[in-house]
Amino acid sequence: MIPLSWLIGLSAIVFTIGVVGVLVRRNALVIFMSIELMLNAANLAFVAFASEMKSLDGQVFVFFVMTVAAAEVAIGLAIIVHLFRLRETVFVDEIHLLKG
Amino acid sequence: MLPVLFVAFAALLVVTSLMVVLHKNPVTSALFLVLAFCSLAGIYLLLRAEFLGMVQIVVYAGAIMVLFLFVIMYLNLQHDVETGLQIAVRRGIGWFVGALMLLTGAALLKRGWALGPANEVMPGAEQGNVAAIGRVLYSRYLFPFEITSILLLVAMVGVIMIARGRTGHPSVRMGPAAERGAAGGSA
Repeated sequence: MIPLSWLIGLSAIVFTIGVVGVLVRRNALVIFMSIELMLNAANLAFVAFASEMKSLDGQVFVFFVMTVAAAEVAIGLAIIVHLFRLRETVFVDEIHLLKG
Repeated sequence: MLPVLFVAFAALLVVTSLMVVLHKNPVTSALFLVLAFCSLAGIYLLLRAEFLGMVQIVVYAGAIMVLFLFVIMYLNLQHDVETGLQIAVRRGIGWFVGALMLLTGAALLKRGWALGPANEVMPGAEQGNVAAIGRVLYSRYLFPFEITSILLLVAMVGVIMIARGRTGHPSVRMGPAAERGAAGGSA
């Protein structure tokens, strides 16, 4: 049996890597991948607690999170493609429409 | 044996997710993300969540990452240019926030966890994980499961609307602008 604290620690590390990726990178696609990393870290925490509590509810929640992530990726990538057609860039600091 | 496998998968997961964030080429980042998802699927298998391990590989490493790679190659991106003072400052802030989060997490993890009373038997432990999840999904979580299909439908419609762009409706785009132009001309 794997200790719960190891799993939660691993989940925290992966989540932090995702946060750093969102903050550090300027390519919108890589930022998107970092968001996927964060979602997966949350999934790992769900599965870890489900296994610890000997319950299936956490695993069902992970299933729903995966569905939402799939929908989110489809829409987000469509937005990025549209943005690229409009501005010819995917670098988030070159997209500053609100600055005027 | 179990802890050894877990440490191996965890090390692979951490290294590959670091490479996703650090690598300059988006295609390489995406391929490292596939590897990260596969190692996460391995951890799910170790936790006896076989169904999620399979779904992880099929949905994440299969469908989602193919979508990512398709878009990256469609946009034909060059290597990221990440130089300059502003970007250096932002990178510093990003790593600082990351270190802060990790420290907070470590501080929280040092405290003991109080879990609720655990059930003695995993429901459906004798008939396999997939059957058990299917039973739960189609009884207790039937309504959320059906809502999920509506979510996917909305996502499909939204993607089609976004991808069509503004070219599909010249009248909608031209209408207000033309009116404004006419009003300005008359004034």
